[in-house]
This record gives sequence, structure tokens and C-alpha cells, in this order.
Amino acid sequence: MERPGYYGRFGGMFIPEILVATLQELQAAFEAVKRDPSFWKMYQSLMATYSCRPTPLTYSENLTRHFNAPHFYIKREDLNHTGAHKLNNVMGQGLVVQRMGKRRVIAETGAGQHGVATATMAAKFGFECMIYMGEVDVARQRPNVFWMEQLGATVVPVKDGSRTLKDAINEALRDWATNMDTTHYVLGTVCGPHPFPEMVAYFQSIIGKEAKAQILSEVGRLPSRVYACVGGGSNALGIFQGFLYDSEVELVGVEAAGEGLKSGKHASRLASEDASVGVAQGYKTYFLQDDDGQMRETHSVAAGLDYIGVSPILAAYHEEGRVRFEAATNDEVLEATRLTMKKEGIIPALESAHALACTFREASQMSSDDVILVNLSGRGDKDIFTIADALGDESWKRFIGKKAEAYSA
Amino acid sequence: MLEDYIRKRTEEKGILMMAHVVVGHPSLEESFELVRVIVSAGVDLMELQIPFSEPIADGPVILQANQSALAAGVKVDDCFEFAHRVNQTFDIPFLFMSYYNIVFKRGEDRFFDEAKEAGIQGTIVPDIPPEEGEAYVAAAYTHGIDPIFILSPTTTADRLAYLAGFGRGFFYCVARKGITGAKTTFSSELDQFLGRCRGVTPLPLALGFGVSQKADVDFLKGKVEIAVVGSQAIRVLNASGVEAVGGFFRTLC
Repeated sequence: MERPGYYGRFGGMFIPEILVATLQELQAAFEAVKRDPSFWKMYQSLMATYSCRPTPLTYSENLTRHFNAPHFYIKREDLNHTGAHKLNNVMGQGLVVQRMGKRRVIAETGAGQHGVATATMAAKFGFECMIYMGEVDVARQRPNVFWMEQLGATVVPVKDGSRTLKDAINEALRDWATNMDTTHYVLGTVCGPHPFPEMVAYFQSIIGKEAKAQILSEVGRLPSRVYACVGGGSNALGIFQGFLYDSEVELVGVEAAGEGLKSGKHASRLASEDASVGVAQGYKTYFLQDDDGQMRETHSVAAGLDYIGVSPILAAYHEEGRVRFEAATNDEVLEATRLTMKKEGIIPALESAHALACTFREASQMSSDDVILVNLSGRGDKDIFTIADALGDESWKRFIGKKAEAYSA
Repeated sequence: MLEDYIRKRTEEKGILMMAHVVVGHPSLEESFELVRVIVSAGVDLMELQIPFSEPIADGPVILQANQSALAAGVKVDDCFEFAHRVNQTFDIPFLFMSYYNIVFKRGEDRFFDEAKEAGIQGTIVPDIPPEEGEAYVAAAYTHGIDPIFILSPTTTADRLAYLAGFGRGFFYCVARKGITGAKTTFSSELDQFLGRCRGVTPLPLALGFGVSQKADVDFLKGKVEIAVVGSQAIRVLNASGVEAVGGFFRTLC
């Protein structure tokens, strides 16, 4: 029998002794939630009235026509409250925190989406909230920092290590090891020590449950392929869970190829040959690390994919061959973003545009009969600075210049 | 082996002192000099930390020392060589402290085989609970190196008894919640925790996290066999250099 918290040879609970009791307490609270038949209904109703669930499934006619195949269906997590799938996990954990009677929540954030979602949940539930964010990410995701602070959270820029998502996770773990009596750590993705991968996947499964019902009712059959971007892997596992046992549906996870898989400047763990199995941040999976086991710097235009590890659950599906892993470069992602905006009037987050870029690349292999489903995990307005820079938009530059002048006057 | 040494020495001195050096911070040569001055100040055991990029149990002082060593290009191979060199030169027991990925990537057998070669007598790896560490514990036992496990104030009675079954040499008790380097208020609560530890193991106890001055060591006398000083010595090193660390330990020993 597989040990609890293990997925194949991945997962586990590699944590300092001081946190063992806290994780056991969380495990017990989560088990109770799973056993409670009224819980999922309460969760669904909260998401229906506070967020926009179920999020729509959009048939993208123009993209379908543009590529002359296949039929593109997009699951609109960008329309979820706070603009991404992140809130599904956060509200679920918020309900668990209420049951545990804790009053303070902490979280790490990369792109800032999970931080904004957590700050939102904390405001709604009346929790004190502290968000750890790498200094590099604070600099490139200023708008999200602004919103977190407006929502009442304290944002702590993390100045250690590579100053990105992994360092924010370490710092959140350190806070938790000190303040666990009052505090819950709202981990944002399907990584970290048990029971986080299982618990986050449980709440994100709402995406796949809805998507399956929607596509069956709209199209009358299952998609041939489902695509999702993979940073830690929470939106991917969310949608994949709807189709795991339908062997005719191919599941495709798309990682960040950054400047190219051969450049060394990427964040691709499963689609590249550069990662190896290791143990960090409380769990065992594929990490981008050197031969000594020191973690390497990762690169992506999308802060939310810029991470050294990947979900142990996805690592297991990769090894079993259930999920195929691909990667999209920064350039492909910007091109896909541009095309999706122009053709469909949808602004995808740069993270989500990785999934789109892969479908565009593979569209020509598919027939006009094929139905594909893409998880659009978040909206792209937060990326306005990055996208405007990448597109070299002159009028935007002039606007920012004038703003700066006005502020310094 | 460590146990006997600790018992004998405790009879002579009352309480022993374990120091913590991050190998390669700020450089391998300075680390060697640091070991020299600390040993001559009268310290009884020493942890050599193999730097790791994600040290989740360490506070800012040791975290930054890890980063400084890695930035200086220190490799795991260098740490084994360093261990070998200090073991040849100085006559106190040395232990490796690091995180599990460093052991895992080298392979448990190779890690402990080479550690034995280098004269290492114990290992402290805070992120490997015995449930995950079957291979780790087995390799340590096979090579005659003591895997030191950590007992914390949040550890339940059942679990203390479970952990006690795996320990060799001594147990490392953490004085409080949190990470290394923060302040600890030494109080009767600590007595109670140490009493719970004594209840499950006959092995000697070391106490760390927040031990930073003579008064702390005096407080611990008669309560534990070993006081562990980590972050404070690195603060002294960073502020005043290698020689000052010797002076700092002389006030404690």
C-alpha cells in the first residue's frame, strides 16, 4: 500500500519536528471536512455567491476558424473572483481555518494572484493576514502588492535567496514554525508537505467537475485533449481531475520554457532534462537543482510559473504517462497572448497563455473534429507592465513617463 | 561513541558546549581558522553545516551564512574535505548538520561512507523525520555514525517515545517554537519539556535555539548535558571577525 501523502515515489512530509504536530492537526481537520457530506455543498454555495462559480465554458469560434481546427473550448477561471483559479483553494482553506479556530493566515505568492486571493479571503473571514513575496516579484507585480495592502494584508518582501516564489515559501514556513498556535499557512499550490498537495487538489477539483459537466452538455462528448499551464500545478490538477479516469482524454501540462529549454533559462521541470528528484520545501519531487542538490535560479516571463519544483501528484502522473508535459517559450507566450486578445477579446494571464501557446503549436496536428479544452487559469490585466514592455508599446511608455513626472513634481 | 564521550566529559565539566560553523562562510580558510579558535576556547563538540540553498529551519543569521558560503562557490565535496582536515587537526567530535536533500542527492550510503572516512561522528538533519528516513537511519547505523534527532516542545508524548527509539549519541532539544537565532526566554516551561524528554530516553540531551550568553548556559547547567550556540557566534563573527569568536566562547565555556 502507498503511504499516506505519497504519489508513486513523490510527496511525503519532510519537515522540522516543530511543525509535525501542526501538520497532523491540519490533516485531521481536512479529513473531517472530506467526511462531512454538507461541507462540499457549503463550499460550492460560497463560491457561487461570492465568486463567479461555475465559471463559464467559452467556445472560441474565432480561434477555431483561425487554425481551421480543432474546436477550442476555454474554461474561464479568469472570471473567478480576484481573476484566477487561486480563490478556489483559498476559500476552501478559509473554511478549514474557521473550523480550526485560528485567527491569522499567512501565504507565499509569486505572481501575486495567490496573495491577492488570500488577502481577499482574510478580509471576508476577518482574519489577520501576512503575505510573503520575493523582492523580485514585488518589483514586477506592483499592482497586486497595491491590492493586497488595500485589502488589509501586510506584504513582506523576501530578500533572501533568489528572492522569488521559493524563498517566499521558505519564509512562510519559518513564520509558521513560530506562530502555528494562532496561524494557518495557506499554501497556494499542490506542493509542499502532506496534506497540502491533496488538500489544494481537492478544492481545485471544482474546475474539472464543472468543466466536464459543461463540455458534455454543450458538445455531447469528451474533449480529445485538455491543456493547462503548470507552475506548482494547481490549476492543471484542478481541471485534469475531471478527466483522469477517461483514458481517451489526453492531458497536457505546459511548463515555462523561458528563453528556451536549451538556454538554461527556464522553469521546466518535467518537460526538460534539467531537473532531478530531490527533497525541499517539505516534499519530494523533480526540482531544478545542481548535482549537489542546491536549487538553481529559474526563469519565466510569468512569475507564477517561475518555480523550482512541481506537484508530487503531477510528477507521479508524468512517470505513469498519464499526463504529457510540454513547455512554451516567452516569445511563444507573448504571441499567443496577442492572438487571444485580438481573436477572442480575452486577456489571458501570461501564465495561462503558456497553455494557449501549446494548443496553437499543436493545432495543426489535430483534425477539425477534435474538441480541445484549455484552462484559462487567470486574467492578464495584472501583467499590463510586462505585456506593454514586451510589446514595446510607445504610448504606454509616454503615459508612464508622464505619471512619473507628476509623482516626482 | 558520542554518548560515552559526552558522559565522561560532563562528569568533568558539568555542562558541555557545542558550536556551529557554516562551512565556507565567509571562506573555507576563514572557517578553518574559526574552528581553530573555537576549539582552543574550550568547546566540546562542533556542528559543521553543509550549506544548503533552502534552509527552512534556520533564521536570518544562519540563512545568510549559508548563502554567503554558496555564493563563494562552496561545494559538498569541499565540506567533506574540510571535515577530514579539521578531524585530523583537532581532537573534539565533529558532526555534520545539513538538510536532507544534500544527503539524498549524494545517496545515503555514499554520504555516510564518506562522512565516516572524514571522521564525522554524528549528523543533524532537521527535515528528515524517521518516518521518511528509513534509508537515512539505516545508513547511519551501518556506518557507525549517530543520527541525532530533534525533540520539540510541540512534540506529543507518543511521538517523543517514538522518536526516542531512533536516537543515538544524544537528542537535540529545541528550546521553543520557531527557527534558529531568535530570542528565547528560559523558564520553568523549559524544565517541564526537558522532563518529558528525560522520561523517554536515557541518552544525553543538548539544548539549542536562543542560547547566546553565559547566563543561558548557567541556567542550563544540571538540566542538560550540552548547550548549543549557533547564530550568536555567527553574529560575533560577522561583526568582529574570527578572533572575537574565540573570546566569545571563552566567556561561555
